[in-house]
Amino acid sequence: MDAENEQQNGTPAGTDAAAPRSAVSRRAVIGWAGAGVALGAAAVGSVAAATRQDDPAPAPAAASGAEVPFYGDHQAGIATPVQDRLHFAAFDVSEKATRESLVKMLKEWTKAAAAMTGGREVGTGAATGLPEAPPDDTGEALGLPASRLTITIGFGPSLFEKSGPDGQPVDRFGLKAKRPEALIDLPAFPGDKLDPLRSGGDLCIQACADDPQVAVHAIRNLARIGMGTVSIRWSQLGFGKTSSTTPDAQTPRNLMGFKDGTHNIAGTDTAKLSDHVWAASGDGPDWMTGGSYLVARRIRMHIETWDRTSLKEQEDVFGRTKGEGAPFGKVKEHDDPDLKAMPADSHVALAHPDANNGLMILRRGFSFTDGTDGLGRLDAGLFFLAYQRDTRKAFVPLQQRLAGSDKLNEYIQHVGSAHFACPAGVRKPGEWWGQALFG
Amino acid sequence: MSARRRSTAAALLTLAVAIATLAGCADKKDDKAGSADAVTVNATDSACEVSKTSVPAGHVMLDISNKGSKTTEVYVYGDGDKIITERENIGPGTKATIDAEIKAGSYEIACKPGMVGDGIRQKITVTGEGGASAAADPRLAGAVDAYRKYAQEQADTTIPAVEAFAAAIKAGDVEKAKSLYAASRTGWERTEPVAESFGDVDPKTDTREDKVEAGKEWTGWHKLEKSLWADAKIGDDEKKLADQLVNDLKDWQKKIPSAEITATSMANGAKELLDEVATNKITGEEDRYSHTDLADFQANVEGAQKAYELLKPVAAEKDPELSKTLDSEFAAIQALLAKYKQADGTFTSYDKVAQAERKTFSDAVNSLGEPLSKLAAAVVAK
Repeated sequence: MDAENEQQNGTPAGTDAAAPRSAVSRRAVIGWAGAGVALGAAAVGSVAAATRQDDPAPAPAAASGAEVPFYGDHQAGIATPVQDRLHFAAFDVSEKATRESLVKMLKEWTKAAAAMTGGREVGTGAATGLPEAPPDDTGEALGLPASRLTITIGFGPSLFEKSGPDGQPVDRFGLKAKRPEALIDLPAFPGDKLDPLRSGGDLCIQACADDPQVAVHAIRNLARIGMGTVSIRWSQLGFGKTSSTTPDAQTPRNLMGFKDGTHNIAGTDTAKLSDHVWAASGDGPDWMTGGSYLVARRIRMHIETWDRTSLKEQEDVFGRTKGEGAPFGKVKEHDDPDLKAMPADSHVALAHPDANNGLMILRRGFSFTDGTDGLGRLDAGLFFLAYQRDTRKAFVPLQQRLAGSDKLNEYIQHVGSAHFACPAGVRKPGEWWGQALFG
Repeated sequence: MSARRRSTAAALLTLAVAIATLAGCADKKDDKAGSADAVTVNATDSACEVSKTSVPAGHVMLDISNKGSKTTEVYVYGDGDKIITERENIGPGTKATIDAEIKAGSYEIACKPGMVGDGIRQKITVTGEGGASAAADPRLAGAVDAYRKYAQEQADTTIPAVEAFAAAIKAGDVEKAKSLYAASRTGWERTEPVAESFGDVDPKTDTREDKVEAGKEWTGWHKLEKSLWADAKIGDDEKKLADQLVNDLKDWQKKIPSAEITATSMANGAKELLDEVATNKITGEEDRYSHTDLADFQANVEGAQKAYELLKPVAAEKDPELSKTLDSEFAAIQALLAKYKQADGTFTSYDKVAQAERKTFSDAVNSLGEPLSKLAAAVVAK
């Protein structure tokens, strides 16, 4: 993947002196203490991360090892410039967990997430604790920079109401009244072949970073902290972002070889984010104001049949040229598409905002290749992640339309599906994930 | 099982430095912050005042106040500027505490106004013996004695059970031998970490086929298990192996008085019993022919629980939160196992336990194993 020339917005995540932890910087541990920049900890409330670099020209983000601020009005990992790697995990809350134990875990998760996104070790660290005790931090990220790690949490429909043994919904944690109407159980779409073991989940964590080891480290440590309260239901590794939220950078390509996300919502377009991505006051319950609804779909691509498809057919499927990504009848990737110049059943003709009353979703998907399927074929495709203000008005009508007539359906199959409500950001140390929901 | 590293290292009672955070220590009631025992550090933009320059080894608390205008950091450095513990980002006008386990020696406390440079340094001496209460709690010695007694009882009751199993094999009675197989393993499975500490008994008695070293003969329970379930036949070899199993286990019985058992090895042994369950029983690898994995699973849990119960008086005092968690997790896993126990005392055949149920078992093992891994430090540290 090409590194994006992306300047970080916002402030470097500083640790807060009030946070009750001995936050050890991973890089300090290996003896780089004193190299102020390497510590990556600027004073709380300072601005402009670029000031940390002597050279005002922004460094390639992937190489910079920069920190993305953890605290803010919105959760990082949504409008944040898309990183190169993903580790996504859906969790189920254990049968014996209580509201209290869940809250306790969410508080611990928040602390750990703040530390890890700041490039610091979890708890008492990875190699400095008591010799008789297992280290708090699993250690594989020691010495690695923050790598633009973002950790984003979401709550699934089953956290609010879960079907009990008798088929009746059970309100396990007293949250039923707080379930947003927009957090629907997704309807079945034509062509779905969903594996229940790759679908759903009471909670999710999306960890994105430029270094896969940093992303995996994040999921692994949260899973460990959660043991006894939650367990991983399914997880997905992703690479090679398939959609960028940075329109000025080169548009990445999906595994079909086509540019993906040409007309995505830019992470800096506050107007579009407000219109299409962030839940506004009055949209639903207050605890979701400033949050966003995430739809995750594991989309398997029939890579082998696609690869033996003629170039013309491939381009007809998308309605764009393969090399440049130009819409049919135009020259350049970013030229305004003329949907009438494309086959009516092409992916772009059906999915484009112009064909959907201006409907837009923020796509943040990643490619995946999970080995092979035992039949000599790659188990590969797109792990589609889309954020929106109201799933009922965005992903659902869009997917209904696509599932019905998208020419692409011949080459793909939706095999996993989940829906989560991602609350607003944690604004300052001491606050925790889900505080507005449980508080 | 087998071919694993030997478990019982002598208890290390000298502690390396540990940075204790609230996550680790909030539940301990020995918080010295703000008390006379703590070292007060007053940091300003140009000074680093330390209330005392000599403290006893062990648990050291630093009460830090940043009275300057710049954000500061406080470090404790050992020899060669090795970072012993640190606290970054202490804002102007804010307080922070550092809570660390420090061994005797010479150190420097450094305040770094503006979070740059080598800092303003103060020498500090940490006096005394080691870093922990080297004088071990006498209750721990009692726990070790009681556990040795338990291990001996398990071996003593295993011998007649394994003799009955061997007798059925020598009588050529496949069905009877099958019915006695799981019960002959209970005492062993309860105290497996102790057995493994002898090194040579375990490979002879409890090795699975895939773990047999090249050139070594496969002997023990699992070879007989394969003969009984997979081959459904008893030949002369099996009869010889049955005798050998009895002899090898008598050897184990005799060795127990000489086993090196410490509070640490007990606690670690409890955790290892859960590791056994996680790696071998959950997957159904242990008893792949007989599918009696749940009987072994139950015995592993019972043995772990015994070790914990003996250490509990100390654990409950030093880390009441951990102790409470362990009580509830042991109860939960026992309740889960009870669901699979039949009227005749045997367990559901593990090949009849669906993947989703196995995940429930796996989650329960993780839920217990994770806090259990903290037991050793809770009872022997500090």
